[in-house]
Amino acid sequence: MTVARAFGTSLRQNRGFYGAVVLLCVLYLVYNLLHPRGFSSAVLIQNANESVAIVFLAMAQTIPVLLGGLDLSVGAVMTLAACIASVLVNGSPLQIIFGMVVTLAAGTAFGLCNGLIVVYGRLQPIIATLATGAIAMGLALFIRPKPGGDIDGDLNWALTNSLWDFVDTYALFDPDASWFAPFAWIPVPILIMLVFGVGVWLPFRRTIIGRTIYAIGSAEGAAYMSGLPINRAKIAAFTLAGFFASCGGLYLAIQTASGNADISQAGAYTLNSIAAVVLGGTSLLGGIGGAIGSMIGALILRVMSFYFRILSIDPLLQPLVEGVVLLAAVSLGAFRVLRIKNRLELFR
Amino acid sequence: MPDHPFLQLTGISKHFSGTRALENVDFSCERGTIHAVLGENGAGKSTLIKTIAGVLKPDTGSMSIDGQAVEFSRPSEANAAGVVCIFQELSLVPDLTVADNICLAMPPRRFGMIDRRAQHNFAEAILARIKCEDVDPNGLVRDLSLSRRQMVEIAKALGKSPRLLILDEATSALTRKDVETVYDLLADLRQDNVACLFISHRMNEVERLCDTLSVFRNGRHVETFAKGTRTDRDIVRLMIGREVDAQFPPRPAERTRPPHLTIQNLSWQGRLKGATLSVGKGEIVGLGGLDGQGQKELMLALFGVLRGVEGTVDVGGQIGAPRSPAAAKRAPRRICLVPEDRKTEGLMLPMSIADNLLAASYSRVSVGPFIDPAQERKAVDAAIAKLQIKIGSPQDAVATLSGGNQQKVVIAKWLMTDPEVILLNDPTRGIDVGTKQEIYRLMRQLAEEGRAILFYSTDYAELIGCCDRVAIMYDGAIVADLAGSAITEEAIVGASLNIGASLKEAVS
Repeated sequence: MTVARAFGTSLRQNRGFYGAVVLLCVLYLVYNLLHPRGFSSAVLIQNANESVAIVFLAMAQTIPVLLGGLDLSVGAVMTLAACIASVLVNGSPLQIIFGMVVTLAAGTAFGLCNGLIVVYGRLQPIIATLATGAIAMGLALFIRPKPGGDIDGDLNWALTNSLWDFVDTYALFDPDASWFAPFAWIPVPILIMLVFGVGVWLPFRRTIIGRTIYAIGSAEGAAYMSGLPINRAKIAAFTLAGFFASCGGLYLAIQTASGNADISQAGAYTLNSIAAVVLGGTSLLGGIGGAIGSMIGALILRVMSFYFRILSIDPLLQPLVEGVVLLAAVSLGAFRVLRIKNRLELFR
Repeated sequence: MPDHPFLQLTGISKHFSGTRALENVDFSCERGTIHAVLGENGAGKSTLIKTIAGVLKPDTGSMSIDGQAVEFSRPSEANAAGVVCIFQELSLVPDLTVADNICLAMPPRRFGMIDRRAQHNFAEAILARIKCEDVDPNGLVRDLSLSRRQMVEIAKALGKSPRLLILDEATSALTRKDVETVYDLLADLRQDNVACLFISHRMNEVERLCDTLSVFRNGRHVETFAKGTRTDRDIVRLMIGREVDAQFPPRPAERTRPPHLTIQNLSWQGRLKGATLSVGKGEIVGLGGLDGQGQKELMLALFGVLRGVEGTVDVGGQIGAPRSPAAAKRAPRRICLVPEDRKTEGLMLPMSIADNLLAASYSRVSVGPFIDPAQERKAVDAAIAKLQIKIGSPQDAVATLSGGNQQKVVIAKWLMTDPEVILLNDPTRGIDVGTKQEIYRLMRQLAEEGRAILFYSTDYAELIGCCDRVAIMYDGAIVADLAGSAITEEAIVGASLNIGASLKEAVS
């Protein structure tokens, strides 16, 4: 009874999020029905692989957006991380782990710098990150002037296939063991998203810093008057964004077994991350939403692009269709305006 | 009983860009008492409590709690010392749940993470204590009514287990039943040896609850006395007692004027509750009362900003409130509003003086879609000359002007539309005496030209000096309509506190 009521409350408060979940389920179900090899582990693995980077980037973008800002550097930080990884993630197992840690640490440190600049430089996040994004891009080009690099082959194979392949590659135990069979089909990239995305975000959301981020986006004055740690929360928000962006970059490097400082790709990823955040029910004004919603939003964007492959639609139409769908989805959120009684509040 | 008071302020002063908000204030407050702080608008009450609560830092002076000298530079430090304030502007975060808000700063934690279950139980217990079982701790604050939000605000303050609780107009938005609950709660807190500072404009409330009263005036602490030692009239005198320092133009002889603007039973969202008023051509009607009794909403409603306004509005035979400011300023209504906050609603600060002056009347200086530079210059020069605005060049940003000249730009902007109804929302706030006098003369001149003027002011002297009639608002309605010699400070202050009737009996 109380559970039902609590769920009802949650449903009412997170319409955008639940709407996105339903949309994703429908889209993906229909996709699998249309796909000649639908509902197979192979399709799932391929789709998951192509989704990891944008999912992490959308989660990264969510946190500054919850503050009421935007982080235009996420795509560049992802590219920078991928380029670092393409240099370091190879050699002995210890060297590989060291390379991955350095990659994530570099992205996180970059996010920390963003936060420090926004808080102590008193700059608008959008312009501060536009500048730091260009710096990240420059560093990436410096590290990897031409596409290429050397990523450990085993790692590439193990992380971009099913759990069975992961166990098989590293000979952890007998992958054909009967107890393992029910899990063997699970794609590793899905686990990575769950462990690094959900596993970091959900606890973070329940810290004081996490809640302060929501409070700042919702009413910064009230947050200050309540004695919340505003500066620390802002810095933490950008730092975590940097961490998620570098997770995306690391995976992208492992998946493509190379690094590529592609400016237009970085820009497209940044813009798509904003679209995913909005699709996932997070308000660009801040204070409402969450990274799980953005994860769903990113998956919706990706599934839409999968359709173009199986339906043999002219790929040139893809941006047009994506734009229309995004516009339609975002318009649903605009009904709130009709309920405002004091028109002056529209401008606040 | 210790020999020092629980809260002690010594020689506290605070100035804001030239105006003094607090001047050498000594003030003290004991545990286990409910202490009322009274004063007119701008008497320094808000500054006082903000200083105590750590929002503002005093320029000079010292503060001690329980004999210990303290200095707060942010609200969280005051909270840590047991000083908790329930502010008038709510400090709730609308997009978080009720439970989140109640435990916002110091939530219960397990393994470093917020313990949702403990937080929920804590919120539920506190809400039960203030008889708000109907508030769902999982609901968003955004979805609550104003009165429920106010109760959540009180719950939030209680959750910090205060030693000194400050209530700034905390009962103003509450329902009658909630007010009773809060009274009981304050009595309980007094039993628990909590010190309460209670700021209210409702005399009956103060009468019923408080043990000690302090009156502030013009940023000074006038007097502190025990309840029952002064009459209502004495208290009103203490609150006023100041010289009238502005020169007003002579008022023309009283005569009846046919109403041009008539409103009847205007209601909106529980902020306006059946306001009825009329303003004639050539008449200046003052709108008085304490802050936030619906004066601002009344003007916004007449100017077409509010949606869902009920009641009748008649502007020169045109029935119904306008649907937008654009409709309000056009013929046949021709209404203009000089808004409360000139920096956000009146001016586009980075834009030039000329652009600001023309903002409401571009169509008058345009040929087709293009602005005619010659006409534009002529209109701007005329406006600057008419109001004697002191500027370097019309192309300078309006932000470079002084407050008084900025306000003149706002007024000039609207006069360029040749309005028939002029709504002025506290136009003399924060400007110098010289400019104030110019504005008074201008108002009289505009009235003489046959325009209807509705003038809200927080300064009673202005209402007395400038207006042909004064309407006093209280709780969303007009409670008194004073004319001619009936416009006195006592009558205005009395009506503002809605003790007009009892005061009149006392005088006679």
